[in-house]
Amino acid sequence: MSTLEFRDAIRDALAEELERDPTVVFFGEDVAVAGGVFKVTTELFERFGPERVFDTPISELALAGAAYGAAVTGLRPVIEIMFGDFMGLAMDSLVNQAAKCWYISSEQGSVPLVVRSAVGAGGRFGGMHSQTHGTWFQGVPGLKIAFPSSPAEAKGLLKAAIRDDNPVLFLEHKRLYSVKGPPPEQEIVPLGQAGIARRGDDLTIVSIGKGVPDALAAAASLAEEGISAEVVDLRTLRPLDLETVLESVSRTNRLLAVEEGPRTGGWASGLLGMVAERGLHDLDDAWIVATDETPIPYSPTLEDAYLPDTEAILASVRSRAGVGVA
Amino acid sequence: MAEVEPAQQTEQTASARGRTGGADEHAGQTTQRDHAGARRESGGTTGAEPRAESGAVVFLDGYRRMYLIRLFENAMHRLFLAGEVHGTTHLSAGQEAVAVGVCLALGPEDYVAGTYRGHGHALAKGTSPAPLVAEMLGRATGVCGGRAGSMNVIDLEHGLVGCYGIVGGSIAAALGASLSGKRQGHVAVAFFGDGAVNQAYFHECLNMAKVFSLPAIFVCENNFYGEFTPMASVTAGSEIAGRARAYDVPSAVVDGNDLWAVYAAARSAVERARSGGGPTLLECQTYRHYGHSKSDPAPYRPKDEVEEWLARDPLKLARARLLEEDVSEDQVAAVEEEASALIEQAVDEALAAPYPDPEAIVATEFRP
Repeated sequence: MSTLEFRDAIRDALAEELERDPTVVFFGEDVAVAGGVFKVTTELFERFGPERVFDTPISELALAGAAYGAAVTGLRPVIEIMFGDFMGLAMDSLVNQAAKCWYISSEQGSVPLVVRSAVGAGGRFGGMHSQTHGTWFQGVPGLKIAFPSSPAEAKGLLKAAIRDDNPVLFLEHKRLYSVKGPPPEQEIVPLGQAGIARRGDDLTIVSIGKGVPDALAAAASLAEEGISAEVVDLRTLRPLDLETVLESVSRTNRLLAVEEGPRTGGWASGLLGMVAERGLHDLDDAWIVATDETPIPYSPTLEDAYLPDTEAILASVRSRAGVGVA
Repeated sequence: MAEVEPAQQTEQTASARGRTGGADEHAGQTTQRDHAGARRESGGTTGAEPRAESGAVVFLDGYRRMYLIRLFENAMHRLFLAGEVHGTTHLSAGQEAVAVGVCLALGPEDYVAGTYRGHGHALAKGTSPAPLVAEMLGRATGVCGGRAGSMNVIDLEHGLVGCYGIVGGSIAAALGASLSGKRQGHVAVAFFGDGAVNQAYFHECLNMAKVFSLPAIFVCENNFYGEFTPMASVTAGSEIAGRARAYDVPSAVVDGNDLWAVYAAARSAVERARSGGGPTLLECQTYRHYGHSKSDPAPYRPKDEVEEWLARDPLKLARARLLEEDVSEDQVAAVEEEASALIEQAVDEALAAPYPDPEAIVATEFRP
């Protein structure tokens, strides 16, 4: 069976949508001639030319603003903000312009743009190149936030994001870029629909992005210990597919949310709140594995300890649930 | 296009506030900042006209739009005091010649991005007064259904991509619209104040527009105050237009109270943009007759400065110039009466219109 590398899935999705729709343009820092700092967007410039794929100045605010202004006037821009950490610079245009247009214009027009960024810790990049900005934006109505966990999902979600008529933040975990997996079975993975990545009966582990393969690895180990864990892949933080989580919890009665980021103000704490609001009667237990409430450290020992990896998930489930969970 | 730049201005007047002359050698232009000179040099008889009408007809239409904006802003002032305009509002009375002079040089398909002081930008670009008044009043018949309010009007049908409550936001919106515009044959204009030139938006977008040679026109409405603070006390360098030099963007200092001067400078910029010559920065010097917002009586402005600018009220100047150029008093009066009736009717309609019903409206966060 053929396999697909995560970075190639991103590039293929871009190429196919550039091919399919002449209004799609792609621009960012070092994305065209150089093919991206993570070599994700190679060959697009050669194939589609400088009118469709181009390099920009290092101007994140102008990049986001340009994407917004282009989107509201007929193009479907995909931009790359190289590292998610740089999204602070792009925030005004995305939050105050792109996200609000559809609603405050009384639905005169929408803003079909995609902002791709590399996110996540574990690469020894230090505190300003390792953050995951999804939760910075999760509370902004009008923005969609997608965060794929596998090559197939990356391709299907990105194609869906480019075809979507709304602004979409698209998060790519750096430590997934070299992951290989089966190619997608469907062309589009819809935004706002969580997936059941593994079926189980005793516990629901919810995560997104890199947290999903970590949770799947933990679930495989737990199975050997007699604990049947279901893994829910959220795929998007906004819209948030609460129904799939509630349905899962109604069967397992235990909920663990795994987030690469601090508990305070994170998506996991918000999710637990929403599950409690609607499904408290189904819950025997609910808890979170997250990071420390510190910036992301550089040193390998510190960064490894910081990350909520498979071992952290396993240790948490064992201590929280005990062997008698089943 | 040099003939329509305020380029060969030679005369200087006392009313050119803060401008003591000096040549601005840049991009083939020699600019001396001067109000009277700009007016003399840049009248409606220079070069090819963008439309079939005679110059006088174009400027009479410009005067109509300016008059409409003035009446609109005065009405908003009254309606705010009456409690009908909510929150705050930023009036552009005194600055009408900038919005109108620029928009006269545009086609209906061109794009404009305005500011929170944006009523004039909308009206100048073609938004109808009635739905705009209704928007100010938060009524269901507003151009944005009452969802946007005074500061954030969007009217895509007329090419108004938005008005932005964040200082400088319009600059990026127009930059992006010019990316589309380059493919579509349209130009995009950003209106922004003198305060915005100290935002990252200004510098990042001027640079990007230049390196991609985009059909963007950056129109700074320099009213000499960023909110309550004098521009000069927080803005390094002697002039705003001069900042364009660093980016090799053609620029001009324009008498923003002179409809003819603004129109001429805008036409030149539009021609440059349409012919692939890239962006232009126009620093249009003007003055707001009201304070920054409705909570601001503007006590920080010296009385003699205010009086000097009121004496150069752009409507007075335009009216006098029209009469000089063989437009009859009757023609001008007819335009004024028409505008008065339009605003009166718009206000009456808006006051009678319903507020949006929160029970009836199913708000959608996303476009389905």
